[in-house]
Amino acid sequence: MSAATSLDLRASAPGPSAVLNSTRADLLRLRKWPAVWVTIGAWLALNAMFAYLFNYVTYSSGTTNFSTQGESRAELLAGLLPSGLPATLPQGMPLFGGAIMMVLGAIIAGNGYGWGTWKTVLTQGPSRTSTLAGSLSATTVLIAGVALATLVTDYAMSLAVALAESRSTALPGLGDLAQSVGVAFLVMEMWAMAGYLLGTLARSPAVSVGLGLVWGLVIEQLLRGVGGSLAWVDTFTHFLPGTSAGSLVGQMVGVDPGTPDATPGLLDALSYDRALLMVVAYLVLLPTLTWWLVRRRDVV
Amino acid sequence: MDELVVQTKGLTKRYGDGDSGRLAVDRVEMTVRRGEVYGFLGPNGAGKTTTLRMVLGLIRPTAGSATVLGRPAGEPAVTERIGALIEGPGFYPYLSGRDNLRTMARYRALPEAMVDAALERVDLADRGKDKFKSYSLGMKQRLGVAAALMGDPDVIVLDEPTNGLDPAGMADMRGLIVELARGGQTVLLSSHLLAEVEEICDRVGVIARGQLLVESTVSALRGGRRLRITATPTDRAIAIAMRLAGEDAVQLSGDAILVDVPPERTPHVVRAFVTEGLDVHEVTISERTLEEVFFEMTRSGEHVHAADDLTSSLEAVR
Repeated sequence: MSAATSLDLRASAPGPSAVLNSTRADLLRLRKWPAVWVTIGAWLALNAMFAYLFNYVTYSSGTTNFSTQGESRAELLAGLLPSGLPATLPQGMPLFGGAIMMVLGAIIAGNGYGWGTWKTVLTQGPSRTSTLAGSLSATTVLIAGVALATLVTDYAMSLAVALAESRSTALPGLGDLAQSVGVAFLVMEMWAMAGYLLGTLARSPAVSVGLGLVWGLVIEQLLRGVGGSLAWVDTFTHFLPGTSAGSLVGQMVGVDPGTPDATPGLLDALSYDRALLMVVAYLVLLPTLTWWLVRRRDVV
Repeated sequence: MDELVVQTKGLTKRYGDGDSGRLAVDRVEMTVRRGEVYGFLGPNGAGKTTTLRMVLGLIRPTAGSATVLGRPAGEPAVTERIGALIEGPGFYPYLSGRDNLRTMARYRALPEAMVDAALERVDLADRGKDKFKSYSLGMKQRLGVAAALMGDPDVIVLDEPTNGLDPAGMADMRGLIVELARGGQTVLLSSHLLAEVEEICDRVGVIARGQLLVESTVSALRGGRRLRITATPTDRAIAIAMRLAGEDAVQLSGDAILVDVPPERTPHVVRAFVTEGLDVHEVTISERTLEEVFFEMTRSGEHVHAADDLTSSLEAVR
């Protein structure tokens, strides 16, 4: 046969271009998906409310609420100003932000099985590895966007507080801010990857979201409670994603989980370095498991 | 031109382990040649979709292999040369038809112009901006075909493409498939609609209970035309027919006898009957429909026998 009908392998070699094509394809459908915007919007709104609005109302009315008991008004205000951004921004990530990002990862991976879109995608050309790498990259772009959007809303909120209270609008050090946003990104990315794995595993968003939330919000908390009296359970909890994320943020902002005013989910079980290592390890392990699953699985 | 575009060897898929497992596809040997419209015919649940999924590399065979364009099925180099619509269209419900195609086109970095051309081809250009979830079943099906056509693939695999289409839509779809074949693209089409396959396919493979019973051209499958004669007394009529056409070429069907003779011998046969003093009531030329052949073959328990019969009759035709 002529050259036209023989296979041109160069055009289809798995590699950077196939991954890039898959990333662009996935970004297009994520960008136009209302569920993605609703989820991200909900996070930004709730984060602004819990991190700033409630605390500011508490501060200005002079009363105490459940999350500010025992804190002096000066401390409270310090956290609400632009200079307090590095400490305030990542506090909601381990439990709250993580849970929402897990939902995001789970719906990105899980819905495609019910809709039959993975089937359609996998008959397009790129290998399963390239397709998955593209989808995970697109998810990562999304999470990075969420981290930056959180920074922007938090800055806007803190600026408003500073102006209202006639306090300094000076920004914190760039290094501190970058570290804070970086940690927030890593924690959210880890939970999103966990959600993606669960969505792939269950092939449905509902089951994976349910399982993931029960794990993150209930089981890990219970295990840490039991760990207080059983040493081996305590050791076990040191390897869990929630402990790792909670410790990473907790150590960075300096937290004492024993006090009643501690933000839920923040821990000091692991050192900062150890927690960072664990989170990065999960960021390698979770996508690898997903890849292993996607590679060998029958797609129906 | 006899290059094999799709070839399966001992292709087998078993769900579950050991004896309790269900054999969905059982040692299927299928060959699709370049440029033809190949009909994959079988009742629902016969293993058509499972076989096609293995040809596309979506599921892994338990045993055997499938090659497409001379390479193992499922390789990226192969997959991007196949356009496929498998078991209903799978698209993002919240995206418009056009955005769904744009998304799929991006996986191969195809130009956007191809998206519009594909929409045009399946008559969805004016509904391209509407959300996929608002489409009727027929429109969804057509969007699936549009996705399969993008990038001018060498092979187009369509699994029950006329499912859910109204009669006009079915006719359009058949016209489109014939047009594709004329343009040199190979079409592998699965269907449970015999008329459809009879009308547009060059060759067919018949599958039932996971086994490929026969693979042949439509005309060879149907066999030659037969003479259907009602004459009395019947026993004498049979004897004369056997003398003229040979013992194997005569079959009794109710009151009538079916005689395998070329149509140009009809006057000769009738003259013989009349000369022998028989009363001839009816003479017609009967053609087997694909439907008759199909039911003969797929009838439970007898398929192996039927397939043997068919193979021998095919050899006779050659």
